[in-house]
Amino acid sequence: MQVRGRVWKFGDDVDTDVIIPARYLMTSDPDELAAHVMEDIDPDFTSKVQEGDIIVAGKNFGCGSSREHAPIAIKAAGVKAVVAESFARIFYRNAINIGLALVEAPEASQETETGDILEIDTDEGGVLNLRTGESYDSRPFPAYVQQIIDAGGLMQAVSQRVQSKSAAQ
Amino acid sequence: MGQTMTQKILARAAHQETVTPGEIVEVDLDLVMTNDITAPISIAEFKKTGLESVFDPKKVVMVPDHFVPAKDIKSAEQAKIMREFAKEQGTLYFEIGRAGIEHVVLPENGLTLPGQVIIGADSHTCTYGAFNAFSTGMGSTDIAAGMALGTTWVRVPPSIKFVYNGTLPEGIGGKDLILYTIGQIGVDGALNCAMEFTGPVIDALPMDQRITMANMAIEAGATSGIFGFDDKTKEWLAAVTDNAYEPVFSDPDAEYQQVIEFDVSHLKPLVALPHLPSNVHAADEVGNMPIHQVVIGSCTNGRLSDLREVAKILEGRQVHPDIRCIVIPGSQEVGKQATREGLADIFMNAGAIFSTSTCGPCLGGYMGVLAKGERCVSTTNRNFRGRMGHREAEIILAGPQVAAASAVLGRVGSPLELTERVAAD
Ligand code: SF4
Repeated sequence: MQVRGRVWKFGDDVDTDVIIPARYLMTSDPDELAAHVMEDIDPDFTSKVQEGDIIVAGKNFGCGSSREHAPIAIKAAGVKAVVAESFARIFYRNAINIGLALVEAPEASQETETGDILEIDTDEGGVLNLRTGESYDSRPFPAYVQQIIDAGGLMQAVSQRVQSKSAAQ
Repeated sequence: MGQTMTQKILARAAHQETVTPGEIVEVDLDLVMTNDITAPISIAEFKKTGLESVFDPKKVVMVPDHFVPAKDIKSAEQAKIMREFAKEQGTLYFEIGRAGIEHVVLPENGLTLPGQVIIGADSHTCTYGAFNAFSTGMGSTDIAAGMALGTTWVRVPPSIKFVYNGTLPEGIGGKDLILYTIGQIGVDGALNCAMEFTGPVIDALPMDQRITMANMAIEAGATSGIFGFDDKTKEWLAAVTDNAYEPVFSDPDAEYQQVIEFDVSHLKPLVALPHLPSNVHAADEVGNMPIHQVVIGSCTNGRLSDLREVAKILEGRQVHPDIRCIVIPGSQEVGKQATREGLADIFMNAGAIFSTSTCGPCLGGYMGVLAKGERCVSTTNRNFRGRMGHREAEIILAGPQVAAASAVLGRVGSPLELTERVAAD
């Protein structure tokens, strides 16, 4: 997938409590969650973010709780990809499972600022910063994880397995 | 090359001789857990597979604990989805009044055993490493896949061995040890690793305090935390279950990504100041920091032994007039026993409230949400911005003794200051 979008930059250790505070977790409706995304780290974020934007952050993005509501909220807000130096494990799995594009690219993250336009090839992992003209590679996904991405998310992969099992029986 | 206990558990569950850190393996699951926040998504995702039943209802467990007794209509609807699914599928289910916080309830019911692989749609599922299990938190969709297949994929984490040497000073516990550790290595200090807790201090550490430590492994970014199996584990489990289990032990020549040694003989009561669990300071060195609320409870420090420590401090004393002190037992069992032992009376006589078991304020749900500008000392595990209410409120993490002492002092302080005060009077 090709993604081209405007950047919102955040720092290290952005936790799931600031991505979507627990006070909004009485629902799992994506639009309701999106209305509060990043509220506790940037109260104006929801009024600024637009369809097609990209979040760029430092280390350990998505640390904290296991709430899948975090990548759901980001995706439903129209954000097309998250670029970070590193991702917390549970957030990483959750995003892959629901089909939010992640790009682990430390250098790209360090050299990108809010307002930059990035062009990302999520299949090849290439990141191009249109302001600086610099391009970066990202860390490839392990083959197992790539299969989940290719299937279109975890439950699609599981359903394929369940169906081929019952077909075999 | 030898194997760590984490490798051994994963190898066994993957039907392999050995596994290597970094390798992705598919493992059989012994227990799959969700709660009232995460279950509704898991259930919706599970239904997409077209399967009629979960892989094994006796290995699927659902615990309403975050927003129950339901705090509003929306949370009631969420809990209802889970309750009905649990009933229809015949999964294990713990209703309020017979339950409590998941990570307290599951061990109490003998469901978390050595050598097992446990996943839960809650990041503090790493708690069960205290029982020599591999256990880790995942999101709702991963849990849905686990409920469908009875397996999950795991990237075998490299292990970091923590060796705690020396003798723990009186009044210093598991919470201080884990805060100290996170303060030293940072919130991503063990990112995607297994933290193996060892050494003479750990050998002497009571089970409840090991549970507190394992509970916070995620706060160092770890996949899991794990303890060895010994007589203490065995005795603790014997009181709750007759079920058989197979403990695992790390080989002497097992390979670690890192070995970190600490001498903890001079450790002081610690606190983590806002807004990260790694912002660790000695409780008596933070200066005059007034507070508004104290929360004692949660899956980190809501066990009976924690409440006993708190009662020792609050007995014969009063909560400071400016402080709201909220004591929440980790489970109905803990609450019952605390009442029987007279602890509940001590709390209430001191001017604290003693509630039913719930996660409540730990995640800013209800029962003690903070207003703008308020500050709370809490025995919970996360002091992230906005975690307990307003984004401009502050949470200070501490062990039960520091929390209780702070409730009396009306500011952040250590229990030693109370004894000094008595001596000075
Ligand atoms: S007590 Fe707090 S940390 Fe523990 S499960 Fe409940 S919300 Fe999570």
